[in-house]
Amino acid sequence: MDTRLADFSAGVRDTLPLLLGIVPFALVAGVAGVESGLTPLQTVGMSVFIFAGASQLAAMDLLGRDAALGVVVLTAVVINLRMMMYSASIAPHFRALSTRVRAGCAYLLTDQAYALAIARYTDEDEDVRKPFYYLGVGATLWVVWQAGTVVGVVFGAGVPDAWRLEFAVPLVFLALLVPVLSSRPRIVAGLVAAAVAVLAAGLPFNAGLIVGAVVGVVAGIGAKRLGLAAGGGA
Amino acid sequence: MTTSYGPAAVWTVILLAGIATYAIRLSFIHLFGRIEGVPPALERALTFVPPAVLAALVAPDFVPASATLGALADPTIGGGATAVVAAWYTEDVLWTVAAGMAGLHVARFLL
Repeated sequence: MDTRLADFSAGVRDTLPLLLGIVPFALVAGVAGVESGLTPLQTVGMSVFIFAGASQLAAMDLLGRDAALGVVVLTAVVINLRMMMYSASIAPHFRALSTRVRAGCAYLLTDQAYALAIARYTDEDEDVRKPFYYLGVGATLWVVWQAGTVVGVVFGAGVPDAWRLEFAVPLVFLALLVPVLSSRPRIVAGLVAAAVAVLAAGLPFNAGLIVGAVVGVVAGIGAKRLGLAAGGGA
Repeated sequence: MTTSYGPAAVWTVILLAGIATYAIRLSFIHLFGRIEGVPPALERALTFVPPAVLAALVAPDFVPASATLGALADPTIGGGATAVVAAWYTEDVLWTVAAGMAGLHVARFLL
């Protein structure tokens, strides 16, 4: 009983420093909802149902531009596809849990929850492979994300247009983009995706985004394969 | 830019994106035991999803409407450039957004 609580508290404690980055992100999600014409309930509903910042911002941005609804959903899905890797990577640690607990753990799976939990699970022995540390992280992130969105909605409604707060949305994407350009093939993927998205910006329903993303992924795979072919002789 | 979609359309997007995102999260947590892990080809592709999607998302926001040299004086480019520098050195959302907003308003004031 005690170790469960201790694990949960450790999860909460380890999450606190991350909140410095999460809070402004959540505020932006709330403000962006208002800016793109969603109701406060819809904006908070996004945080509850999707609970994934970058995809929420992208969906709101595209709704604001009246993109085709299919493109909006597809974009959110593509942005969240990376979570499939987290799901696969963390699955062995959740194996012993009941179906219901695993279903709850899956809902709380985010970049941060994954990163913290996997570090702890691989660092320590079987004994700590309980969900409580993960739940401490996930619950903290969830509460802060929802509260931050609500504050953003309230704040966003009262901000003068001259502040140009909607500009925070592309800035958040830049903040997420720069660190993932961590290898040459990834830089190729980013550059090609950017170029194709710009060239295809005139496509109907904002489909240029999807086209750019897909061509970028293919280019990244190609660049990696060429790199392997060139350097893989040994 | 505000959406002209009605509540039914917006809620449909929210629910569909939410269900699909949940399915992605649950996928291997649920399937584990039946499948060994992510197929290597899929895993390789997934590592390129974040840079490609984010770049495709952000690039059109920073491309000037006209291809003249004067268009480069757009304050959004100043803000974007400041944000990229901040992102590079801090890898932090808070600093990046703060620097980008500051860059935007300084550029608006100067230009």
